Amino acid sequence: MTAEAADKPKKLVIICYSGELEKTWATMILASTAGAMEMETTVFVTFWGLQTFVKDKKRITGENWMQKMMSFMQRPGASHRKLSKMNFMGMGPWMMFQLAKKYNVAKPKELLEMAQAVGVTFLPCQMTMDMFGLKREDLIDGMGEPVGAATALQLMTEADSTLFI
Amino acid sequence: MDIKLKVDASGLSCPLPILKASQAVKTVESGELVEVIATDPGSVKDFAAWATSTGNALVESGAADGKFRFLIRRK
Repeated sequence: MTAEAADKPKKLVIICYSGELEKTWATMILASTAGAMEMETTVFVTFWGLQTFVKDKKRITGENWMQKMMSFMQRPGASHRKLSKMNFMGMGPWMMFQLAKKYNVAKPKELLEMAQAVGVTFLPCQMTMDMFGLKREDLIDGMGEPVGAATALQLMTEADSTLFI
Repeated sequence: MDIKLKVDASGLSCPLPILKASQAVKTVESGELVEVIATDPGSVKDFAAWATSTGNALVESGAADGKFRFLIRRK
């Protein structure tokens, strides 16, 4: 069992679709741990999920007024995620981060960096980039080449496990 | 048994003990031992699962003084 596990690493694919804080947290915990477990891990980042992978310091993204308005209404970046409930104008996330600090829970951004350090691949969705007017330089460093649904499906059919978060 | 590296993951929550252990194990040579101390009760099962997945040997897994101690031999 052990030798077999070592010979052929398990493959995990995560479809990172959501942009809420709690779901982003789940994605980052699983991706970083899968990397540490030496699973071949690929995260396909699409729709609201891609907002998490915009650089924290970017405030407004997009080329036309609608794309700019969208980024204004929903601040991008891994450190600026909102809770799906109990957000209370940012009070909820603030409390979550206070609790995380108290109980030594790593933040999504820290887990993302650890996942990248253990070789987890993050692939941005080309269509989402186009629709939101996101450029490669808007996204964090170390992301893979933008791909589409066919690549994501191909990865999923070859994977041992797939998650849609 | 010579312990090459000791990692104190006391107080850290899931998945940090596993992430720290995994980083530490990569810094030692094959066959060398890494000791990890943790307080997260979930880490007992997590270290077993991690060892199975990576092929590193979990030589010892036990509790002492309210803490958990794991001894890992790099594959």
